[in-house]
Amino acid sequence: MEFLLIVVVLGVAVLVIAGPLWAGRAGDREAGESAARAELEAAKAAKYAEIRDAELDYRTGKLSEADWRSLDRQLRREAVDLLHRLDALGDEDGEPGADGRP
Amino acid sequence: MPTAGRACLIIALAICFYGIAASLYGARTGRREVIASGRRSVYALAGVLVVAFAVLEAAFARTDLSFALVASHSSTTTPLFYRLTAVWSSQEGSLLLWVLLLSLWSSAVLFATRRRLREVAPYATAVLLGFGAFFCALLVFLESPFDRLAVPPAEGVGLNPLLRHPSMMIHPPMLYSGYTLFAVPFAFAVGALITGRLGSEWIRRTRPFTLAAWFLLGIGIVLGARWSYSELGWGGYWAWDPVENASLMPWLTGTAFLHSVMIQEKRGMLKVWNVSLVLATGVLAILGTFLVRSGILESIHAFGASTLGIPFLVLIVAMIGGSIALVAARSAALRSEHRLDSLLSREAAFLLNNLVLVSLCFVVFWGTFFPLISEALTGDEASVGPPWFNRYVTPLALVLVLLSGIGPLIAWRRATAANLRRTFAVPTAASLAVLAAVLAAGVTESIGAVLMFCFAAFVLGTVGQELWRGVRARRAMSDDSVPMAAVALVRRNRRRWGGYLVHAGMAILFVGVAASSAFQQARLVELSPGQEVTVSGYTVTYERPRSRLVAASNGRLERIDLGADLEVRRGDGAPFALATYKSYFPSMDPSLGPVSRFFEGEATTEVGLKAGWRRDVWTAVAPDIRRLQERIDEGDRVFRGAEGLSDAQRGAFLAEALRGLTRSYTQDPPPATFRIIASPMVTWIWLGALVVFGGGLLALWPAGAAARRPATAAGLARVARELGRA
Repeated sequence: MEFLLIVVVLGVAVLVIAGPLWAGRAGDREAGESAARAELEAAKAAKYAEIRDAELDYRTGKLSEADWRSLDRQLRREAVDLLHRLDALGDEDGEPGADGRP
Repeated sequence: MPTAGRACLIIALAICFYGIAASLYGARTGRREVIASGRRSVYALAGVLVVAFAVLEAAFARTDLSFALVASHSSTTTPLFYRLTAVWSSQEGSLLLWVLLLSLWSSAVLFATRRRLREVAPYATAVLLGFGAFFCALLVFLESPFDRLAVPPAEGVGLNPLLRHPSMMIHPPMLYSGYTLFAVPFAFAVGALITGRLGSEWIRRTRPFTLAAWFLLGIGIVLGARWSYSELGWGGYWAWDPVENASLMPWLTGTAFLHSVMIQEKRGMLKVWNVSLVLATGVLAILGTFLVRSGILESIHAFGASTLGIPFLVLIVAMIGGSIALVAARSAALRSEHRLDSLLSREAAFLLNNLVLVSLCFVVFWGTFFPLISEALTGDEASVGPPWFNRYVTPLALVLVLLSGIGPLIAWRRATAANLRRTFAVPTAASLAVLAAVLAAGVTESIGAVLMFCFAAFVLGTVGQELWRGVRARRAMSDDSVPMAAVALVRRNRRRWGGYLVHAGMAILFVGVAASSAFQQARLVELSPGQEVTVSGYTVTYERPRSRLVAASNGRLERIDLGADLEVRRGDGAPFALATYKSYFPSMDPSLGPVSRFFEGEATTEVGLKAGWRRDVWTAVAPDIRRLQERIDEGDRVFRGAEGLSDAQRGAFLAEALRGLTRSYTQDPPPATFRIIASPMVTWIWLGALVVFGGGLLALWPAGAAARRPATAAGLARVARELGRA
């Protein structure tokens, strides 16, 4: 019984670990983002969060309207810059850009 | 089955080595199938360790005394719940639990990031498997949980009675989950440094695991405090014990990281600070594990001296050296993208908050390791106690609580004096109102406690104001009712509102700490039945002694309880009863007599506790068993002289002897020593902890995909539209 358990555990472990090796290009089948695109997507998400936070700060009285509008314009410029960089990355990768064009 | 368990550990160790090699080879050559195989090694490791753990659990469940570990940490009289959880009461079982949890959390994070972080993940996999290999090697070569006894004993030693408490059994899995989860951001930080991918992507992807580590480690810490208060018989919840401190340190640096990482995400600042914090947190998590097992510091929590000190020390030195080398090598890439715009900004408040948290960690570290430092420098092992810790921790804690109220009131990037006046008004008013109430009540003995009450009120005022203003802003943009606006507000930013809830919970918790520390009254007094004592306005009367024999589910005698029933009155209020007793568990030492072994083994104290919102009344008894000694000795003499009795006869006579002993205690009770403590607002500590964990849970709760997509699309369209018009 013990020996059988050991054999089964070992066999299953080997199957799990060796699976991708036997499948060859199994790893490639998993669509993945390029590192650069992933970094830009993370920066974009953070920028949008910053835009929303700034608006909430204004609406809860932490920022005057003038300060908010100035900050908002700056943040949106930074967001557009990120979008342009994402689009350029999309052109280089041959993948659709953010607007869906190849 | 011990052989199967041991084989699983050897297989696990081999898997770790293979996985490390595959991950590194795949990363260097770009072969994705080899990287995938390395990642799957972690899944396989988890599966194999689950089997090993199940083998050990099954042995404890059926009390298989052929397992050395079962014989030394369990018995036929141990209740099933404690038999199952006794697995991790031992050094070996706890190491197995540690590496099992590491493999499970590692599997979760690698599965979640299998299509992301393609350059960083293989190196993170190698680091996580490196930890796995270390712990598996300890289990295979030094501390095997599957050692077999050639001649199994008739009865096991049993679980340490001090550990027979539900929170004490859940406490280690929570702590270890916290420690092992902190290995995740550590591993990904190492991967990011090696690959040079030092943006926020790896932080964002591992944030749920970092938050989960903070959450579970925090639960473990609070459970430990609760156990200390209700089980250890000294009436306190935090003793600045080295092992308590070891769990607190990574929690403090982890808290600092969770705050300062927001600045990196928003402004690209503090990259060196953040990566250093997360690496330090990983090191401190391993350090905590090391302290419990090395025997270098005295602690009630420790497993005692062992052979594990040197291997752990080598690992910690390697982690520290490697971390420093990596950060130094990437210092150029870790340069901040922006500078601090203003000292009147949330960034500045977060920075100050970080400095306070790290200072707290340093104080705790210094105090914990002072015995070793002093011995190394002077040859004398001097130690510091709670008064030293309190002297430095108290002012830092006050500043921390105040900052948790100030931070949310200040805008990101830059705040103006006019805005600050507007946002500070309500919290300041709340704080002053509490100050007036406290002074009117004459509570002035402790400046620290008064300040903490005021600062806590400031924090609660801040959170309340944020919620009110946020709901009002939400309603201005929608037709939502107040409750719906509040729900929508929270759902839209769980991280922010979870954080606010955590701040509120910490404020409540610190109010409890301040009140119970500053205004506690305690008496240590010897009473006979009928006598009374007054503590903090409570009259405590020793009504009658109590005694009983407690049998396990299999009919065997488990322990003897000797204690007291008390009546407590305060003024004209209704009296209430308290019961406290000491439980005597038999020793397994064969040289002791059958009666005396019950009073020469382990003993635990069951406290009498009446908890309330305003005050806890706590009591613990230490019965004087010296008057029973003559009967105990006589019992041993009778059994030594009795020969030719069957086991059943001896058992029956022993039971009768012990019944006689306990009867004599109740019929002619000796004076007993009572520790009686009246502690204000201890319940607020547990309530505050619950609020903190509620906030943590809220911050952890994932936003729905539907909620994410519209935000991205709307933001994209809006940005494009606005800039088209500008």
